[in-house]
Order: sequence, then C-alpha cells, then structure tokens
Amino acid sequence: MSEEIKVDATMDLKGLKCPLPIVRVSKKVKDEMQVGQVLVAETTDPGAHADFPAWAKTSGNEIVKVEKGDVSKFYIKKLK
Amino acid sequence: MDITKELESLRRDLEEHKGSGNKLSMVVFSGDLDKLLASFIIATGAIAMGMEVVMFFTFWATPALRDKKKRGKGKDIFGKMFGFMLPKGPSKVVLSKMHMGGMGTGMMKHLMKKKNISSLDDMIALAGELGVKIYVCEMSMDLMGMKMDEMIDYPGMELAGVAKFLEEAAGSRVQLFI
Repeated sequence: MSEEIKVDATMDLKGLKCPLPIVRVSKKVKDEMQVGQVLVAETTDPGAHADFPAWAKTSGNEIVKVEKGDVSKFYIKKLK
Repeated sequence: MDITKELESLRRDLEEHKGSGNKLSMVVFSGDLDKLLASFIIATGAIAMGMEVVMFFTFWATPALRDKKKRGKGKDIFGKMFGFMLPKGPSKVVLSKMHMGGMGTGMMKHLMKKKNISSLDDMIALAGELGVKIYVCEMSMDLMGMKMDEMIDYPGMELAGVAKFLEEAAGSRVQLFI
C-alpha cells in the first residue's frame, strides 16, 4: 500500500532545458519552502532523472517519489 | 586532556573546512560560443548544487564580456585594432567548430531557440542573478587594450590577477579550465 504524500507546492518546469530545472528548483526549495514540506517538480527534461537525485544528494534534500512519463514528476522533500 | 572538548573542537574545524571548500573555481580562457555556454551552464548548475562559484575570464574569453553598445575611452591604435577584430560581446562570439562563415553559428542559435535552450546572454544574466562571481584578468584587458567601461553590466564584476585566482582555486573543491 502506498501512502498518500501531502504536496505543499507544484512547479511547472515543462520545456525547460539544462540547467534551468535544477536552478529553479534549488531556488524555490531554498527561498520558499519550509523544512519537511514537499515540492512536486514537473519536467520534460530526460536529464532530470540523473540530475534531480544528484542535486538532492548534494544539497541534502530527499526525492521521496518519482513518477516517470512524458512529463515526469519528482516529489522533493526539503530536509534542511 | 578532556576528550569531549577535543572532539568538539575537531568537529568544528571539520565543519569550517567543509564550508570553505564547497566552491567551484573556473578559468574561462576560450572565446568560443560553445565553450562559454558550457562554462555558464556549469556555473549556474553549481550554484543550484549549493556551491559558491568564481569565474576568471582571461585571454580570448575577455572580449566576450564586452557590451556591444559601449565604447572604451582613451584607447591607443593597438587597442582600437584589437577592439575592431575581437568579438564585441556575448551575442557576437562564434562556435569553435562548424562556424562556416557564420552559417553554422546562425543555425546553432536558431536551433537553440527552437529547442528552448538559453542563449549566452540569458545565461550570463542568470549567473549574475544567482551570484556567480566574475573576475576579469587585468593583464588580458591591458594586452588587448580593453577598458572596464566597455564591459557588460554584471553585478560585482572585478579586475584581478593570477594570485586572486590561485587563492580561490586553493580553497575550492572543483577547479576547471575551459
């Protein structure tokens, strides 16, 4: 059973290319999100599947769920 | 010796060390559009990764930071010649390969726009917004007769020499030469 994730904000990054998805997400997480909140990033950039986990690991945040598709959704939890 | 105190102090040293090294220092030497784009993509990406970023512009990369609308005052004949021959700013630099007298570069810019990839001008503006620090090599400016008053408006752009670069590089976890 998958538990429902409470989403606090959503970001439309469709059509944006490297490095903009990561730049926008990092800014939003840093400036506007509270610790514990979840941001859903919607992206069409295939590179995001490598980039978002790398960014999360380096910046100390967590990807709690990924929905793959033409538009992929990354559920990002702010940890610090 | 109090072991807890010692551990505490070691931990503090480690934290300080960590913080100071989380930096990317880049020498941007090339004046090619493709390499400049790569530099700025890496720079803005590094900021997103939580790093501090310092770029040093030297040699052929320096004229890429000129503003096409500005003119440097008080240039000698060589400065004027260099000024005429070198690309005037980010919108004038060309590809390192397949420029083909302008056709290749034009086609690449067209494709980038179509595929929604940021132009070099946009990337420089974004870098400025994100706080990427830019130093310009004083010697290159002097050699090519360029003046600071003909450079683009970039927040915090400063002249520097090799010692400044080496100081920054020594305190950086990542160093690149592009």
